[in-house]
Amino acid sequence: MKIVVCIKQVPDTTEVRINPKTNTLIREGVESIINPFDLNALEEGLRIKEKMNGELIALSMGPPQAESALKEAIALGCDSGILLTDRAFAGADTWATSYTLSRGIRRIGEVDLIICGKQAIDGDTAQVGPSIAEMLDIPCITYVRKIEEIDKSNIKAQRMMEGGYHLLESSLPALITVVKEINEPRLPSLRGKMRARKEEIIKYSAADIVCEIDSIGQMGSPTVVEKIFAPPVRDKGTMIKGEPSEAAAKLVSELKEKGVLL
Amino acid sequence: MIDYGFTEEQLMIQELARQIAEERVRPVRAQLDEEGSHSAEIMQVLAESDLFAVFIPEEYGGLGGGALELCIATEELSKVCGGVAVSYAATALGAYPIMLGGSDEQKKKYLPAIASGEKLAAFGITEPNAGSDAGGVETTAEKDGDSYILNGSKIFITNGGVADIYTVIAMTDRSRGARGASCFILEKGMEGFEFGKEEDKMGIRASATRELIFTDCRVPAENLISREGMGFILSMRTFDHSRPGIGAQAVGIAQGALNEAVDYASERIQFGQPVSSFQAIRHLIADMATKVEAARTLVYQAARQVDSGAKNISKLSAMSKLFASEIAMEVTTNAVQIFGGYGYMREYPAEKFMRDAKITQIYEGTSQIQREVIGLEVIKEAKFRDKK
Repeated sequence: MKIVVCIKQVPDTTEVRINPKTNTLIREGVESIINPFDLNALEEGLRIKEKMNGELIALSMGPPQAESALKEAIALGCDSGILLTDRAFAGADTWATSYTLSRGIRRIGEVDLIICGKQAIDGDTAQVGPSIAEMLDIPCITYVRKIEEIDKSNIKAQRMMEGGYHLLESSLPALITVVKEINEPRLPSLRGKMRARKEEIIKYSAADIVCEIDSIGQMGSPTVVEKIFAPPVRDKGTMIKGEPSEAAAKLVSELKEKGVLL
Repeated sequence: MIDYGFTEEQLMIQELARQIAEERVRPVRAQLDEEGSHSAEIMQVLAESDLFAVFIPEEYGGLGGGALELCIATEELSKVCGGVAVSYAATALGAYPIMLGGSDEQKKKYLPAIASGEKLAAFGITEPNAGSDAGGVETTAEKDGDSYILNGSKIFITNGGVADIYTVIAMTDRSRGARGASCFILEKGMEGFEFGKEEDKMGIRASATRELIFTDCRVPAENLISREGMGFILSMRTFDHSRPGIGAQAVGIAQGALNEAVDYASERIQFGQPVSSFQAIRHLIADMATKVEAARTLVYQAARQVDSGAKNISKLSAMSKLFASEIAMEVTTNAVQIFGGYGYMREYPAEKFMRDAKITQIYEGTSQIQREVIGLEVIKEAKFRDKK
């Protein structure tokens, strides 16, 4: 069983600051981490690998410094890490990113299962996972909260829904995206860290993955970001304290005063 | 950042132990302290991270480090919780008699399971009438064919009940006093080996402390470490190796308290300004930080001396444990002072550090015993020096 987990290196903050002039993320002074949902994807990949004696590859597209995220994936237990890195990949939107990653997966060869986090905490689009599946023309199960069964040719998984779940079954190869409820990611081990230090991260350029040059990077990105802005800060609101019955009465009277209740 | 000359591996141990302490221990430390419970889950995390392997030789499943690696990990865990840290360090204490005096067969049988963290270890010497006076051990081990029959009990045993492997001191010949003591490896579940009273402690409450009871407990002769009569010497050698680890625990507790105190002093406003802007507090912080740094340096030096294979390590080991534990008590008490009234309240972490610090002056030899060791060594060295 060959499993690929797609990971993204993101700034270590949920409050990404934006440069108001350029409308781009300010990355200076912000530590980079593996996207938290991708850690769940890695953990699930590790569990399947351990159970089925499979091979686990971490894959990422990014600048050369994204190598550290792949080293971390190896420290956690991945067999190898592959970084798709090329100046031509820069400025990619979700479409071009998905295309590039799908080409990278083609380059790896026969893959049984691809796991992605449900979304990245910086962009929050949740598009890359399903798009990769589309470009590879394989089935996709999103928002997986539990894998009920998996063998060499099939997967049965719970897809999280509001107030319940869908139980879906698919043939392999397939792609799944996972939610944080699926597991608790492990910490690295010392032996893993030592191995990661020695392990060479495989790097593929645009030429290595055989791709249409006008489908990658900024050139291949149909999305145009017109403007990025921080949402206006909301007012603090009013806290009504006191005994529940008194507080409720006060709330009702204030809502009536404001015309919300008639 | 101060460069302590750590290797890349040592820096990895430090980083990983710190990550575990912050991510897995900090969220539950108040609860563990409140309940007075040992956390098997956290031990599992330490095991999976290979932290139990750092002080075990490579040929027995370890990563080949020594006292310094043990100290680095213990210090990081102690910065957050001294109780979790001692559950970890006490496993090393229990393993030392095997590492120092065990046969190849004993090492092969017991050390890999300790290195993987599958089994915790514990060391048992203390008895109701044998504390600082280790020669007062009353537990007996009588030879009977190819086994020994143990009778007696041990008290205040860290990891008692939760450990699977125990190194225990018992008298094979009471007439010879300390020279009649021997060291045995016991396993949880052996017939006649039971656990008694669980202690309700002032500090390090996230660690288990329990009584061991031996009633006609039959232990195979092959579980005798070294030979009969070596128990006391083996214990002293074990303490020589483990004491820097307690020093590291003390340094970690002191640093943890100092960190909290500094953060608090920078936020607490009195007379219209942060209390850290008052010289009285600032100088107190300066003294605390300086002393912690001095203790840390002494602990690392002692650990390096242990790892160098040097013959006489008693003095420096005792010094590191003595100095670091006294500093820990002083610094944690001052941390409570900086927190003022809040420091006295359970809701804030300062008082826990103070409670945790106290034990470091008592176990693995009280401060008074450390001074005895140091004093005797210094006087002995002086005689040697005069002869030259």
